[in-house]
Amino acid sequence: MEQDLSKLDAILPSYQGKHGVLIPLLQHTQSILGYISRDAMRYLAEKMGIPAAEIFGVATFYSMFRLRPQGKHIIRVCKGTACHVSDADGIKEALIKNLNLEPGEETTRDMHFTLLEVACLGCCSLAPVIMIDDQTFGKLTPEAIPAILDKFRTEEL
Amino acid sequence: MDKIRVKVGMASCGVAAGARDVYLKLEDHIRQHSLPVELSKTACLGMCFIEPLVELTGSDLGKVTLGQVDQENICGLLDEYLANKVPSSNIVQAEKLDAPYNGLLAKQKRIVLQNCGVIDPLSIDDYEARGGYQALKKALTLPPGEIIAEVKDSGLRGRGGAGFSTGLKWSFAAAAKSPKKYVVCDADEGDPGAFMDRSVLEGDPHKILEGMIIGAYAMGADEGYIYCRAEYPLAIAHLTVAIAAAQERHYLGKNILGTDFSFDLAIKEGAGAFVCGEETALMQSIEGKRGMPTIRPPFPAESGLWGKPTNINNVETWANIAWIILNGAKAFRQMGTEKSPGTKVFALAGKIAGSGLIEVPMGIPLRDIIYKVGGGMKTEKPFKAVQMGGPSGGCIPAELLDTVVDYDSINATGAIVGSGGMVVMDEGTCMVDVARYFLNFTQSESCGKCTFCRIGTLRMLEILTRITEGKGELEDITRLEELANNIIKGSLCGLGQTAPNPVLTTLRYFKHEYLAHIEDKRCPAGVCTALLRYEINPAKCVGCTACARICPVHCISGSARQPHVIDQSRCIECGACSAACRFDAIRKG
Repeated sequence: MEQDLSKLDAILPSYQGKHGVLIPLLQHTQSILGYISRDAMRYLAEKMGIPAAEIFGVATFYSMFRLRPQGKHIIRVCKGTACHVSDADGIKEALIKNLNLEPGEETTRDMHFTLLEVACLGCCSLAPVIMIDDQTFGKLTPEAIPAILDKFRTEEL
Repeated sequence: MDKIRVKVGMASCGVAAGARDVYLKLEDHIRQHSLPVELSKTACLGMCFIEPLVELTGSDLGKVTLGQVDQENICGLLDEYLANKVPSSNIVQAEKLDAPYNGLLAKQKRIVLQNCGVIDPLSIDDYEARGGYQALKKALTLPPGEIIAEVKDSGLRGRGGAGFSTGLKWSFAAAAKSPKKYVVCDADEGDPGAFMDRSVLEGDPHKILEGMIIGAYAMGADEGYIYCRAEYPLAIAHLTVAIAAAQERHYLGKNILGTDFSFDLAIKEGAGAFVCGEETALMQSIEGKRGMPTIRPPFPAESGLWGKPTNINNVETWANIAWIILNGAKAFRQMGTEKSPGTKVFALAGKIAGSGLIEVPMGIPLRDIIYKVGGGMKTEKPFKAVQMGGPSGGCIPAELLDTVVDYDSINATGAIVGSGGMVVMDEGTCMVDVARYFLNFTQSESCGKCTFCRIGTLRMLEILTRITEGKGELEDITRLEELANNIIKGSLCGLGQTAPNPVLTTLRYFKHEYLAHIEDKRCPAGVCTALLRYEINPAKCVGCTACARICPVHCISGSARQPHVIDQSRCIECGACSAACRFDAIRKG
């Protein structure tokens, strides 16, 4: 997918010449482009004078940075302790089945959903929990999953 | 009659349970009928298990808290309260009435959470009305050394997990000679099963600011950071508003309250790395690097952020400071125990009835937390263990429930107080699976710097996985113990040094479960799917022979009208028998 990297030009001046900006800069880049492509890393390296290897190192270290194109809706399955003992695995399986994802695949082919795991969303009393974009759904059962996903499918129609 | 006030608990978990809809409905209802009611938002009321929560005050009925309300019933309940009638349902706590959860607060002591669920976290006026920033005003009249002495005398120990003396830590940073120093708040709460810091950040952000400003003054720092995990968007939003409000009132910025002390504070969003809760890794991350721990010494107090003296404390530690300055070390020491004074906030979760946020004096027995403050078990199944300290901690079994909660007593069990996550487990939880779960977590969060942590945890995870799959052997237990000891010795930071704890504590208290998986190829809790087998319940089997006739490998035997038996050695687990049984006698377990 070709990206218009010049979209980044507007944000660069506010980061230039300051220390400790690489992580906020990458967060900002991701919010503009949706993910951080290798091209984007090279572009930032050149414009900011930071070695591309350093940018790659940081981008791959933190779990928040997405290195591949993401679906329109991001689903985060909470894998916290309380969710784990409340069958978070069953919820994840139901999601994979409904989204028809192959093993290892995290984004649906129609680019509509990306399925991710997150260490803990901190809503332990509602376990098991998933978050779709910025909405949290708690006290789930595998049976509840299809209806929730359908809501995000029909909204676009 | 006072003005009627209505507060809706709108922390992250309240919103997830539907509090926003309730709030909007109330707003609409109050506007439509021009009701004489003041509606406001607050954060965490602590009783997460019955959210959404709405608190009503101001009528002759006194304070009434409603739980599990929804858009449909909330307006009717409010109308009843306004008419001085006892709301007909949903009462969970009440000042002057009998209510099911009145007892939950009895054993609690709220210092850190004193404003959580009481004030509107976005209102600096609300915070000031509850004594906010009085401690800062007092501190600025004292010499810095006196503040540090007070914190030292209070005996406050770091609430992030390690339990190091806060006053002592401050004195190191204060002693460092440098024109530039930093203070940092570690709000990278990464333990799965813990949400104390989130609740305080969302519910009372000024309290953390006030603690940090006092700390900065005492240690001579002029710049600070709050390192908050990005998964907490509401906490970041509330902190941002709080910092702007504090600047406006000259609690932050140049010449604070007319003195020559200046201090600036900024938020740094984390990017998702558990290891960044370790202080040297956290500093690397603020500097924009990979968050990998560095060798100590030099300690952050000598050479921290950008080589300057730096003091890092956890959210809850900072949240104790204003109270100590205002009320004195002596008053603080009246709570808790000799070696662990004060209170501790815990996040109760798992198979407990009253999951939520609690604050109790140190020294309270675990049994009281679970059965009195937490309301006992949620399910019929009996209590099995409580997990404390997250991936760095361990599982404490039922026979140790009388252990009191202080740093030293909990350490003696092999677990740690940690940051305050308490996940309660019942007999339906497999302890080998829990150990594997935590190892999987630390394995994927290991930064990779130390070989023992990077590879050792992977080997442990592989062993645990094969045990849960029924492929373990007896020597695996020795291998796990050997690896655990070497990882503890060979790791630089807390992540690696504590990663084996969940395995060591489950081996110590639940070895029989490991043995059942290894020797009998059986998971007593019925969790490890690879070990589940079809079994016929003799109490339910009527001997109709339907299963024996349908079994494709003829491994079910028994006489007519007598309970049948499955020969496990030949069973292919096709499930045909279970489907054919009309008496629900055949289940996988």
